[in-house]
Amino acid sequence: MIPGSNVRSLVADLPRLAILSALGLLFLMPYLWMISVSLKPLDEVWRASMSLIPETFAIQKNYGRVLSEVPIGRYLLNGVIVCFGILVFQLAFALPAGYALAKLNFRGRETLFAFVMLGLLIPAHVPAIPLYIAFAKTGVLNSYAALIAPSTISVFAIFMFRQFFRSMPDELIQAARMDGLGEWSIVWRIVVPNAWPAATAFAIFSVVAHWNDLFWPLIAVSGKGELATPALGVVYFRTEEAGDDFGALMAAATLTTLPLVAAFLIAQRRFIEGITMTGLKG
Amino acid sequence: MSDLALPAALAPAARRADPIGRGEALAAWLLTGPAILAFVLMLLVPTLAVVAIAFTDYELGATALRFVGFANFAELMEDRGFVTSFRNTAFFVAVTTPASVIGGLALAIAIEGGRRGRTFFRAVFFLPVVSLMVAMATAFQYMFHPTIGPVNALLRGLGIVGPNWLGSSDSVMWTLAVIGVWEQIGFNMVLFMAGLTAIPRDLYAAAEVDGVRSGWSRFWTVTWPLLGPTTLFVLTITMIRSLRVFDIVATLTQGGPNKASEVLLYTMYTEGFTYFRMGYSAAITVVFLAAVVVLMLIQTRLIDRRVHYG
Repeated sequence: MIPGSNVRSLVADLPRLAILSALGLLFLMPYLWMISVSLKPLDEVWRASMSLIPETFAIQKNYGRVLSEVPIGRYLLNGVIVCFGILVFQLAFALPAGYALAKLNFRGRETLFAFVMLGLLIPAHVPAIPLYIAFAKTGVLNSYAALIAPSTISVFAIFMFRQFFRSMPDELIQAARMDGLGEWSIVWRIVVPNAWPAATAFAIFSVVAHWNDLFWPLIAVSGKGELATPALGVVYFRTEEAGDDFGALMAAATLTTLPLVAAFLIAQRRFIEGITMTGLKG
Repeated sequence: MSDLALPAALAPAARRADPIGRGEALAAWLLTGPAILAFVLMLLVPTLAVVAIAFTDYELGATALRFVGFANFAELMEDRGFVTSFRNTAFFVAVTTPASVIGGLALAIAIEGGRRGRTFFRAVFFLPVVSLMVAMATAFQYMFHPTIGPVNALLRGLGIVGPNWLGSSDSVMWTLAVIGVWEQIGFNMVLFMAGLTAIPRDLYAAAEVDGVRSGWSRFWTVTWPLLGPTTLFVLTITMIRSLRVFDIVATLTQGGPNKASEVLLYTMYTEGFTYFRMGYSAAITVVFLAAVVVLMLIQTRLIDRRVHYG
């Protein structure tokens, strides 16, 4: 960024590194305390000590309590099913639509695109009440379908894929047409395989959003937890089981935060690129 | 959608006769069909419905509903709970937005400004974006616990009696705002990093030739003007994200104590899905949607104007 920074010595760079490290440590505090408390026995938690390292470890008690009282594996599996289900539909709907809006000439294309832009204005919380009423009347509530259906359409994905396909060379598609491929085969054999970078970026955005979402699961799923997603599972455990047992609560928090954080640490660059590309959704 | 030319496009014979014209239109409608269907069912109709419900007294389970005009909105204005909720949301947006935008920019510059530790620091500050907020809220509940939390333990060490951060009406929104900034800053940082890498390097060289030497003046003469569009963009989407605050309120405070942390989406949630007052809740949703749309329009207006500069 700053010219000549590559010749700056380590000494000159130290203040910057010191400030960033201090801030970074401050940022990581919730994680450090979460893990620390999840390892501590209850009496130590209530002693309000400032030490991060427990005197005695209560790993088995805290994590054991979570694993025996909470179907945490079930919550994580539900999270996987819901996120995967949502993503499959989003891609299946948005990829062909994005391609058609970018590369095909047809009457109504402008109107459709105007609807996409309009859809971008609407946060997912807005249609919640009518969807809840409709699902309640049709008996769809408390099912995977209820968790997945409202998110199957992502106008943002359509918008993003349209932008992506517009920069794809027309010759590629013309050549495929010359070879006698129909539009359907062109989409699945030429367009989709070429859309991987955008699809991966969108997938990261989508999974992060839906894995962490609390709003809709809280509405769509009631009663105790067969269908709870990780976010909902933590809420159940907090209100119904854990009470003030911070140790067990933090163990549950650690276990549900871990999957995405681990995925992020393994594939950092992909995550950051993904969020940059999809950042405009906010 | 007045110009849906479906019947003509669907005629199968048309495809052979005119492979590029009608065949293409048919293909386009088939390819967009599933998306259109899902869009109409899951987004368009429910959004129109929520606006319609906002003008009724509909309650879930009730057999009849009445058109009540603007009565729900009139009631909102009178409702102390809603007014507090609106004010709290505005406060949350007003505090978290500048802090996480300026903070994100500062972090982006500090991290990209040197060669060491880029990947590491980027990861550290980005971590909250991928973390399960409901779970992290639990960690914050402990951090800000009045008696056993490390924040107050630290203050005690300095001889200060810390407040009951989440349990007192005076401090609860400030505490939630701190958590909000923690949650959002890394996201903004990444967007600013993308903006920074788009600035051509030779501009810095040119500025240097023109006598711009210190890091500070380099920032004001080159970086800041060129980041203008990015900043506006980050500013508005941060406002919209802050407007949607829900998870931390639902897990940490449930709007309490004494409605001191009611926010729009949480009030909408309790009115609609705890008390089943759908009409009233829909009216709150309409207010929320209006706020989002206004912010989006400001964004497009400002960015359009900015484009002529850049």
